[in-house]
Amino acid sequence: MDTGIGARVRRKEDHRFITGKGQYTDDINLKDQTYAYFVRSPHAHATIKSIKEPEWAPEDGVVAVFTGEHVAEDKIGGLICGWMIHSKDGSPMKAGPHPILAQGKARYVGDHVAVVIAETKEQAKAAAARVDVTYGVLPHVVDVAKATKSKAQIHDVAPDNTVFEWSLGDKAATEAAFQRAHHVTKLDLVNNRLIPNAMEPRAAIGSYDSGSDHYTLYTTSQNPHVARLVISAFHGLAPEHKLRVIAPDVGGGFGSKIFIYAEEVVCVWASKRIGGRPIKWTAERTESFLADAHGRDHVTHAELAMDKDGHILGLKCHTLASMGAYLSTFASCVPTYLYATLLSGQYAIPAIYAEVDAIYTNTAPVDAYRGAGRPEATYLVERIVETAAREMKIDPAEFRRRNFVTSFPHQTPVIMTYDAGDYDASLKKALEIADYKGFPARKAAAAKQGKLRGIGFANYIEACGIAPSAAVGSLGAGVGLWESAEVRVNPVGTIEVLTGSHSHGQGHETTFAQLVSDRLGVDINSVAIVHGDTDKVQFGMGTYGSRSGAVGMSAISKALDKVEAKARKIAAHVMEAAEGDIEFKNGSFSVKGTDKKMAFGEVALAAYVAHKFPTSEIEPGLKETAFYDPSNFTFPAGCHICEVEIDTETGVTEIVSWTAVDDFGTVINPMIVEGQVHGGITQGIGQALTEGCVYDSESGQLLTGSYMDYCMPRATDVPSFKLGFTETKCPSNPLGMKGCGEAGAIAAPAAVMNAMTDALGVKDLAMPASPHTVWKTLQATKMAAE
Amino acid sequence: MSAISMKVNGKAVCGAVEPRTLLVQFLRENLGLTGTHVGCDTSQCGACVVHVNGTAIKSCTALAVACDGAEVTTVEGLAKNGKLHPMQEAFREHHGLQCGFCTPGMLMAAVDLVNRKGKTLDEETIRHELEGNICRCTGYHNIVKAIQAGAENM
Ligand code: FES
Ligand code: FES
Repeated sequence: MDTGIGARVRRKEDHRFITGKGQYTDDINLKDQTYAYFVRSPHAHATIKSIKEPEWAPEDGVVAVFTGEHVAEDKIGGLICGWMIHSKDGSPMKAGPHPILAQGKARYVGDHVAVVIAETKEQAKAAAARVDVTYGVLPHVVDVAKATKSKAQIHDVAPDNTVFEWSLGDKAATEAAFQRAHHVTKLDLVNNRLIPNAMEPRAAIGSYDSGSDHYTLYTTSQNPHVARLVISAFHGLAPEHKLRVIAPDVGGGFGSKIFIYAEEVVCVWASKRIGGRPIKWTAERTESFLADAHGRDHVTHAELAMDKDGHILGLKCHTLASMGAYLSTFASCVPTYLYATLLSGQYAIPAIYAEVDAIYTNTAPVDAYRGAGRPEATYLVERIVETAAREMKIDPAEFRRRNFVTSFPHQTPVIMTYDAGDYDASLKKALEIADYKGFPARKAAAAKQGKLRGIGFANYIEACGIAPSAAVGSLGAGVGLWESAEVRVNPVGTIEVLTGSHSHGQGHETTFAQLVSDRLGVDINSVAIVHGDTDKVQFGMGTYGSRSGAVGMSAISKALDKVEAKARKIAAHVMEAAEGDIEFKNGSFSVKGTDKKMAFGEVALAAYVAHKFPTSEIEPGLKETAFYDPSNFTFPAGCHICEVEIDTETGVTEIVSWTAVDDFGTVINPMIVEGQVHGGITQGIGQALTEGCVYDSESGQLLTGSYMDYCMPRATDVPSFKLGFTETKCPSNPLGMKGCGEAGAIAAPAAVMNAMTDALGVKDLAMPASPHTVWKTLQATKMAAE
Repeated sequence: MSAISMKVNGKAVCGAVEPRTLLVQFLRENLGLTGTHVGCDTSQCGACVVHVNGTAIKSCTALAVACDGAEVTTVEGLAKNGKLHPMQEAFREHHGLQCGFCTPGMLMAAVDLVNRKGKTLDEETIRHELEGNICRCTGYHNIVKAIQAGAENM
């Protein structure tokens, strides 16, 4: 059976998941463990006047209660934001303090005010309800569009609640383009706030061993090494060699588990305070809603200028981006360098100017969520392009085609250099699969049933595998964005690959092993992928931004190069041939022109036995490491086409057809890639049709704090998807990969909303376009017509 | 504390629980059967689905004491004698899982669905019947395919 690159290999990790043997953080229990429960602010904005504990009885089981004062006593640093953004005037972003337990003030409903540690989970929860916190309620603001004018002053350092006012692009050139325009399309858009909702709630177990003065943290993280670095360097808990972070099986992340959160830091810090007993915390779903970092929440005005033939001359926009009440780990780069840099879409746009104001609100912090900035960019570009085509009465496919970037490399006016792509090829294939020509007939047939049928496109582009490190550093990143890999060949020829990438559903144990199997010709079952433990893997940047393939696997590929090179040398000595005469194919080394041959496993053994080569020249053993820093971002792109039918009586929308044609460059395992696309599209459909985080502006309370109020897409909300692929290799990494994890979530919202506005014959429609929203639109249209 | 006993995955077990202890807590914490997951606190995600006396229920919504004397099957009890259940096979074959967190509940709900509705299931029925199970990863596409195939092989 083929297990190499391109094969639909069944996943190696599945056995433990389908038999109930997965080991997620909450499945782990340490000896003598206690339980944490957090006292959270019931107010959107309040001073904390006092925190009083009652007299605990032994049956209360309370071990300790800690507050911000204890944190200050131990000089534990606050949560950080690792990407510096400067405002237009050159001033640095205004980051307010973010202590791991509130100090003096709570800034959103759910803010972590104190922690109770008790013998059982139930006791911790019951005791937390008895901790008496006196608050002084302050004015609050939850709505990003109102926050700069609000009476609420969330952080002293940030007047008008403004974190930064940033811009990208050439303002004068863009204004000039608009002067020349034959037609200008204007659009106001709200990118609705979302709550990520990985199905596994966040959890952590912190423990301190006084014998060795060493801490261990189990946590639901997408990047355990980054967590260790931050907890060590910024929270100042312990130096890195005294802190081990383990992210075992993680039940989905979608960005929300990238960030370093207060709860995990509290668990590992407080363990020492209670004499080293481990402390476990598992979020209840309500806490996930309240205190996981949320996504999106943009309010944007955009304008697009065209000449008389529908060629785009320029684009400008102004975006208000909510940051929530604190800057989360990567919050500042999401509405800036991950957003405005993609505003050229798939199009050759000569001039672009974007302004982004990042604003504090009394809401949970907002940070990267599947796509992170790129869905917001695609939503803007694809909604306004579709609207422009309609206004200029040009077929939307044709309008796009006229404006496509067609030669590479292509320098956009907003930093990016697109390295490869064929946007017309994806469009063409998508039009075929979707039977675009047959749409008018399908629309007419639907009309006979009393349904409004619409079609919508999204020709997205995204930038993945953010790199190289020096470039992101110059844009403000506090870290490098390379990846590491170590390939350990055992004497018997089995292989362990240690990777800094982290899998929380992506199937790395399979795809990474496919690469090794392909390269070394070994059985995929003799390859093990090791990840998620800072004691095993030296360092790594983790998994987000669809980087594990393009960056993580490239690092493995580099390490494999070195393994192969050394194995060649050893094989040459053992077979007494010149190194240049050694050929390596299908897992065996042979001497050119002879029948001398050694299987990979035999060379591995020879490397460890070390009898047959000069160890003064070649070190014994076979283990190689690589750190790989890509030369550019990668640019996955594609075309999604959505068809909807709207019931005019009820406002219910059904997605009747979905076509996705994506160019991800090299695909390692099509089965897994298709799965990523399905999942991404469904999250995007969720954003468009069902999901919306709502805070009540009057009370500042989160109104969508459970699955009864926050509508997750279920099986009946989505169709089966028709997928196709085109392929242009990415020239910026050795494998030609681009990344596939976020594409669906990036493309889908615009495709749905373009289809719905087509069906309804309206320009504006807000997400989530629930039946109620649609029904109101239908009534308004009816009234206007009467 | 009340003493309870039940048969879990064919084995007789007993334990002492508080009246408020949920079945899922008893399974995970007392018996160490951590295959059954907790994904919500409002009985809506289905990560906790197990079979009690042959019927799928959400174990986060059943009291352990109420299951005294019952026969319970969890995801750990699906495979028999080292052989995977056809539904487990189908989930692997059709890539019906990614992070695996919803999977135990999906599997138990799917087996129950076949028990109730037979082996020939159309897409619409499967999607409708999954209304109590949320998956955030797969977009359901492959779960639907897996259940259809698994049902045929049951
Ligand atoms: S845990 Fe969500 S339904 Fe039981
Ligand atoms: S596989 Fe992750 S929630 Fe379903």
